[in-house]
Amino acid sequence: MSDNGMISASGLSFQYNGSKRTVLQDLSVEIPGGTVTAILGPNGSGKTTLLRVLLGVLPPREGMIRLAGRPQGSYSRRELSQLVGLVPQDEHIPFDFSILEYVLLGRAPYLGPLAMPGAKDQQVALAALNVAGLADMQHRPLPNLSGGERQLATVARALAQEPRILLMDEPTAHLDLGNQGRLLAITRDLASQGVTVVLTTHDPNLASSLASYAILMRDGQVLDAGPTGVVLTEERLSATYGVPVQVLEAGERRLILLS
Amino acid sequence: MTSARSREGQRLPPGSWPLSRQSVADLIREHQWLLLGLAFVLVFLLSIFVGRYPAPYWMSPSTLWEDQMARQLVLNLRLPRILTACMLGMTMAACGTVLQMIFRNPLVEPGLLGVSQGAAFGAAFSILFLSGAALAQEALATVFALLGLGLSYFLARRVRYGGWILRLILSGIAVSALFAAGVGVLKYLADPLTQLPDIVFWMMGGLWGVTWTDFWYILLPVIVGLTIVYLMRWRLNLLSLDDDTGFSLGAAPGRERALVLVASVTATAAVVAVAGVVGWIGLLIPHVARRFTGADARRALPASLLLGGIFALLCDDIARTLLAGEIPLGIITSLFGAILFMAMMLSKNIRVQR
Repeated sequence: MSDNGMISASGLSFQYNGSKRTVLQDLSVEIPGGTVTAILGPNGSGKTTLLRVLLGVLPPREGMIRLAGRPQGSYSRRELSQLVGLVPQDEHIPFDFSILEYVLLGRAPYLGPLAMPGAKDQQVALAALNVAGLADMQHRPLPNLSGGERQLATVARALAQEPRILLMDEPTAHLDLGNQGRLLAITRDLASQGVTVVLTTHDPNLASSLASYAILMRDGQVLDAGPTGVVLTEERLSATYGVPVQVLEAGERRLILLS
Repeated sequence: MTSARSREGQRLPPGSWPLSRQSVADLIREHQWLLLGLAFVLVFLLSIFVGRYPAPYWMSPSTLWEDQMARQLVLNLRLPRILTACMLGMTMAACGTVLQMIFRNPLVEPGLLGVSQGAAFGAAFSILFLSGAALAQEALATVFALLGLGLSYFLARRVRYGGWILRLILSGIAVSALFAAGVGVLKYLADPLTQLPDIVFWMMGGLWGVTWTDFWYILLPVIVGLTIVYLMRWRLNLLSLDDDTGFSLGAAPGRERALVLVASVTATAAVVAVAGVVGWIGLLIPHVARRFTGADARRALPASLLLGGIFALLCDDIARTLLAGEIPLGIITSLFGAILFMAMMLSKNIRVQR
């Protein structure tokens, strides 16, 4: 574990413009660097909003965020984009870019506003495509891909960005088992290279097999945060989702089910 | 491109004829920039000799050499008109590409955001109250086109709901309707024998009576606007992504979109002020260009520029040559634009994902 990519938030509150509902309420959490952290919670609990606030695109009404040891506000836009990457839940792209053209956009944080990606950027993008298993189809247009392939292309675009913190919103939502496995491997690999991966998910089993750290959210607040083994228990998951949950131990693995 | 290479082995030996349809398509794709550039130069040169002097449709190059009158005509009338047609097509097509990308909507065109209707109002106003002096008309059309853009933008910032794109498009529709109502009032007030035809003709669009003064008038905004969007063409790709993604990649989506928007629409406003409302180029040409080059604006934008220039030149050649009297350019571009659009729809080459 390195403290390098550590994220800490204290006293975060957030409301969307013109809405009365407080989406995040006095939320404080510490996310260790170089690990995979899963954020779990019911629909509407504020998981995605938390990611967007951590990304910096939504300014919190109150509270303080520190990324890799420095206040979020002390980074320039360029520095921030080199530090934090995003894999959104469902990216809508209305034009038929080829996969490679799309992944090259991940190099934008390293290029000036008038610059074009060069040979080195091309190399990085191709390496990212290799990792995502899309190198063979780099010239295919995005609209011709399946939902899962498009999700992997989004991941590859974020990999080309070479961020130290990677935020992923429901990254496995469109993936079949094989592609889920690929994404898990990519994520573990990133963490072992010291990248801090924060992902939201509705699947506690995914969280327990992949993440070493888990955050349970409900109504814009953190109910519990800590190592997955400690947090993902019957009692706490039941309290989070408001339904009885059963946890089965199977050797080293645990299986989380509705009971 | 890969398909061309993989088929290499099966190609017919050199010199054998006919080439298969597929290999011709591959050849075109491999040399598309050369072909596009050549086509542009060719159409430009052709346009110099197409016309109704000394006799309909064609002037031989030797006439240009020998006939003093022909030289004067080409130099003072045809050349500024051809150059203006070029800039009209390039600006409309480039602006269409830019707007479609930053609004993330392939059905957007440059006249949106109150620009076309604003310009029409300004032109009609000057025809009614300033006796339609050419320079006053252009200046007023430009001012109102920019006013249309400014109003749309200001209104969009004031609207409380919806995303940035939805707000701008709604505001554009509202402002356009406002100016359209104003144009209606002016038409109603206009003298039906003298002023009304002027307004109607202006709104059909056309380049008759274009002089070197008009050309110089639009040159600066067009060059500045097109240079900005050309230099930022890779950035346009970034601005066509979701705001969150764009932000995570270091873009300032709001500010950068505003910059390319103002640059391209200002150029459009200047062109519309001189040429009137010439539709379809800005909607259609970006689709045709993307069909050749794919969506990446590094190639789609230059292709749009060239194709827009070619299309406007050809349409204007027809407008000024086909009949003894001038045909309004807007009618020709609509006619060919609509036909081309239908052909593209039927060949499933318009891809709109929603």
